[in-house]
Amino acid sequence: MLGVAMSTGALYNDQGSAEAAVEAGQETTPTSSGSGAAFGLFSTDFKKNEDLKEMLESNKESLKLEAMKRIVGLISKGKNASELFPAVVKNVASKNIELKKLVYVYLVRYAEEQQDLALLSISTFQRALKKEQLIEVIEKLLKDKSTLVAGSVVVAFEEVCPDRIDLIHKNFRKLCNLLVDVEEWGQVVIINMLTRYARTQFTSPWREDAMFDENNEKAFYDSDSEEKKGQADVKTYIMDPDHRLLLRNTKPLLQSRNTAVVMAVAQLYWHLAPKHEVSIVTKSLVRLLRSHRYIVVAFKHCYNLLSKQGMFEPYMKSFYVRSTDSTHIKTLKLEILTNLANEANISTILREFQTYVKSQDKAFAAATIQAIGRCATNISEVTDTCLNGLVLLLSNRDESVVAESVVVIKKLLQTQPNQHSDIISHMAKLFDNITVPMARASILWLMGEYCERVPKIAPDVLRKMAKTFTVEEDIVKLQTVNLAAKLFLTNSKQTKLLTQYILNLGKYDQNYDIRDRTRFIRQLIVPSEKSSTLNKYARRILLASKPAPVLESAFKDRDRFQLGTLSHSLNIKTSGYQELSEWPAVAPDPSVRNVEVIEPVKFLLKSALFQLQVSFTEKPSYSCSFGNATRVSCKTQVVKMLVCSTLLLRPTPPPPPLICSPFTASFPTLHTALLSFTFSSPFIFPFSERLEPRASVTVSMGIDFSDSTQAANFQLCTKEDQFSVSIQPAVGELLMPSTMTEADFCKEQKKLLGMNETSATITMTTANTSSQTINKQVLSVANVGVAPSSQNNFHRFAGRTVSSGALVLVSLELKESSSALLTINTEKSIMASMLLQDLKQALTEA
Amino acid sequence: MIHSLFLINASGDIFLEKHWKSVVSRSVCDYFFEAQERATEPENVPPVIPTPHHYLISVLRHRIYFVAVIQSEVPPLFVIEFLHRVVDTFQDYFGVCTEAAIKDNVVVVYELLEEMLDNGFPLATESNILKELIKPPTILRTMVNTITGSTNVGEQLPTGQLSVVPWRRTGVKYTNNEAYFDVVEEIDAIIDKSGSTITAEIQGVIDACVKLTGMPDLTLSFMNPRLLDDVSFHPCVRFKRWEAERILSFIPPDGNFRLLSYHVSSQNLVAIPVYVKHNITFREGSSQGRFDLTLGPKQTMGKAVESVLVSSQLPRGVLNANLNPSQGAYTFDPVTKLLTWDVGKINPQKLPNLKGTMNLQAGASKPDENPTINIQFKIQQMAISGLKVNRLDMYGEKYKPFKGIKYMTKAGKFQVRT
Repeated sequence: MLGVAMSTGALYNDQGSAEAAVEAGQETTPTSSGSGAAFGLFSTDFKKNEDLKEMLESNKESLKLEAMKRIVGLISKGKNASELFPAVVKNVASKNIELKKLVYVYLVRYAEEQQDLALLSISTFQRALKKEQLIEVIEKLLKDKSTLVAGSVVVAFEEVCPDRIDLIHKNFRKLCNLLVDVEEWGQVVIINMLTRYARTQFTSPWREDAMFDENNEKAFYDSDSEEKKGQADVKTYIMDPDHRLLLRNTKPLLQSRNTAVVMAVAQLYWHLAPKHEVSIVTKSLVRLLRSHRYIVVAFKHCYNLLSKQGMFEPYMKSFYVRSTDSTHIKTLKLEILTNLANEANISTILREFQTYVKSQDKAFAAATIQAIGRCATNISEVTDTCLNGLVLLLSNRDESVVAESVVVIKKLLQTQPNQHSDIISHMAKLFDNITVPMARASILWLMGEYCERVPKIAPDVLRKMAKTFTVEEDIVKLQTVNLAAKLFLTNSKQTKLLTQYILNLGKYDQNYDIRDRTRFIRQLIVPSEKSSTLNKYARRILLASKPAPVLESAFKDRDRFQLGTLSHSLNIKTSGYQELSEWPAVAPDPSVRNVEVIEPVKFLLKSALFQLQVSFTEKPSYSCSFGNATRVSCKTQVVKMLVCSTLLLRPTPPPPPLICSPFTASFPTLHTALLSFTFSSPFIFPFSERLEPRASVTVSMGIDFSDSTQAANFQLCTKEDQFSVSIQPAVGELLMPSTMTEADFCKEQKKLLGMNETSATITMTTANTSSQTINKQVLSVANVGVAPSSQNNFHRFAGRTVSSGALVLVSLELKESSSALLTINTEKSIMASMLLQDLKQALTEA
Repeated sequence: MIHSLFLINASGDIFLEKHWKSVVSRSVCDYFFEAQERATEPENVPPVIPTPHHYLISVLRHRIYFVAVIQSEVPPLFVIEFLHRVVDTFQDYFGVCTEAAIKDNVVVVYELLEEMLDNGFPLATESNILKELIKPPTILRTMVNTITGSTNVGEQLPTGQLSVVPWRRTGVKYTNNEAYFDVVEEIDAIIDKSGSTITAEIQGVIDACVKLTGMPDLTLSFMNPRLLDDVSFHPCVRFKRWEAERILSFIPPDGNFRLLSYHVSSQNLVAIPVYVKHNITFREGSSQGRFDLTLGPKQTMGKAVESVLVSSQLPRGVLNANLNPSQGAYTFDPVTKLLTWDVGKINPQKLPNLKGTMNLQAGASKPDENPTINIQFKIQQMAISGLKVNRLDMYGEKYKPFKGIKYMTKAGKFQVRT
């Protein structure tokens, strides 16, 4: 067995095709030699699979595992292993976890193709869920407070119902607050989604009169203050506190090691932050751009930001080109440097560019010349310097450098046609040595366009061209025809014959474009009877002043899409791209994001529910209502219970502690009190709000008293003070009513005899012996349910303790002469005696 | 998000494919090959390639293209970052990330990819978590597994993944509790002809190896935190604490991890630890050029400059070089024209020098540009920025750990223009 395992191990390791033959040879050993040889003739693959099938069907785990490993190897190479499906699927229930995982890998790969065979096709499962159901699930999961869920559920949201922005409202603040702790991949998706959300819910912060105090929440909450009145007529922009929350909570993520997270935050700031705050992201983006791993993609995204003057300028030197950079990166860095150029740094940049022009990488040198041209047009102060530099490059040994310079000079001259005739004549001198067609064409165009500025040179250039016309490239020929026409119009005396000669050459050229152009030009400029009308305008047509070309980057115009997206990177709309909406003119109701303070208290389960109401009126008061779901309606009871439970309130100033009834506890003046409830150690009450004077707030909290009457102590903290609050439940409030039949009651009662039974004889006034009064009295003390009773003198009540659910049975037997026997049957003997005391008091007093 | 992954080697063979949502035919890679043909250098293949129905996003590392197939909108950096994590994980698991290593470990690779990407969305990318799920292959473990039939796959779900500190597993136990931190700084610089610094920056990292029992809570403080201009953290670092107090406070992952990457601003003056005296000349009309290069230490705070390696791409016209090193050995590759000189340690008393002649192709014109010189070096026990760790404290556990901090400075992209 060992031997087999080892040899198959070796097989699996040698997956290379070269070893295939050897592999095939070895494989024949375990299979029966006869059939192996027969199949081997036709198809090694088929035979191999036979072998795998046998291994999969053996009883040995190790053999199966080896088979699965080889199958995974086949899948990884893109080979078809689908015919093994029935053999593989049998192993899905294997106990070996690795085998199981590999089977899973296989199933996922082939389940779709082999649906009839796949008993457990996952994709069928997915299809079975309708979209509405999915949305329902997503809605439920969005409410989850766990950081583990947040990322995944937003991914699902984006995939299933990205337009259901309404599902986000209530979760917006929670998502903002959880964000830092969500795993990094989830962060990216959440940030992108929230960017989209924010653009539909908040108004544009890109206004000049905007107020950007980081702490403007105060202004927002002080809705009653006089500040508001002043604003009403000026109508200043105030950022929605939720908008600010989003910006504030994403900022720390700029420090993430994950570039996708950094980019997500950067785009959020770009699309949502006030313009002057966008620069916060610069440093982190420079980090992305410095790293060669990401520069290529990051650059396209940063382009918009790069064009913002000043933001990246301090980091200019980080983008200096090294000889070891690849051409791709060199050109990108060049692009960045060109964008960063301004009056202040241009001399430094040009000096750096001088080094690049000399680079052995000619494509890069040519790109640098383009860049110099752009700097020259953008910064008028250096246009002359750049031009002179470029003219110097015209004597460069390298043809491509010269050619590129000519092209750039041509463009530059066009922007300032009134000067520089010396440069034009210099270029004419160089003309003979320049062979690159584009450069020759550019010079010819310049000659023609500014022929009046170089009246002696231009005709001579035309003369030379007439000699070489037939051997020139098409583009040069076209420009020669162009030059001839322009000269004919301005200086026909000298050039008439030359022009005619060139037009004749052009008429018989091989290229139809040139023949066309020649015919067109001839009709236009040579006067004849037919073309007299056009002829009049020939000069205006050919020598019209032309707009100068704008030298700009190939990367501009990328602001159609959300920054950082695939669409933005490719500058085309990809499938599944979610449009970023324009800012709404008027913000939709911000209160949709408010989450009610009273939430169903989940941690309550088996405990009493308290409602602590804190309100500040003229005379600040403090109230505490008490009761659980079944008893909330029963008002009198609640009040009664309140009296029973002691609520201690100790304001720190003044020092002497005062114990007062809950409704009248008076506080020293508290205007804006920040309330937070802190339970002994790990529990922080999910509540933190400002409270205005005369406003009140209700918080629900659950306290599990564990069926004891020990007080729960906690502190109520305001900004200035803190109060110790102690809540002690009455014993009857630790119960829940329980319904049972008379028979059940008697049966249960019989089980709880002996030490589980407590009883007392009480004396009652006859007026109180009506069953209505008794019920009322008992229910006022204990939260129990009335159990049916067939006898008139018997009253039965049943309940269970809230925490442990132990039965509490109360029975009252009326006897003669106003005496009655009160019996309590329960395991909780301490509770029983306390309850007995309370009941006794209630029944005798009433 | 990510539909499929193809691994393509330098010669253009797809040697591994993995699919998540549905199977995308490998013919989609033809678009990639087209782009590859058009690119002059391997690095110049565009990272995002649109095709009629898919988008290909790729990274090139260790001469392998990792090509992800995307069907709809997703941030490209998201995919690129993930692919780099995949490569890092492979390197971590197999020591190297080569075609051979991947092919040898194809099952582990598949298991890893299955865990790292769930239905196309990144799931477990933290190396500590992955190692709990799938144990890295070692020779010993392979032997044991073959004999006993046990597996590399962990039996339990990683304990950390569902906790508040997902990067750390619970129940960590060590007999020797140790925490080591390596402060490694790299100098990126461009020095011009005359020896003055055009640009110099320091990029630093703090790599940690923490083997501590239980759930230790560490704080690390610096003598001079102001030096750090831009920082990026491992997710374990509490950002608020850093913002407020400039202290790194964290519950560390178990094992090796990168705690912090930082950048020391270019506004600060950067000490340049080596200088180069060079005289490289070509004369018009002559078929010979002169080469003379001397290295010397500068601003090293008395520490030795070690593992020095000089390389330079000589102009295309150079046929061969006839040089004489005062120490170390040099090689010149006449095909790529790459000159490398393995200098070793710089002795301040006797400066290393490389001198001789270069022969140019007959008739070739004088090269336009002199070659740039790239220098690599290492300096132990020093962080060139002057960054110093003040103290390391541990809370939350009772025992006393052994703590160690090491400093090192290296040349990053250090170029001298001549």
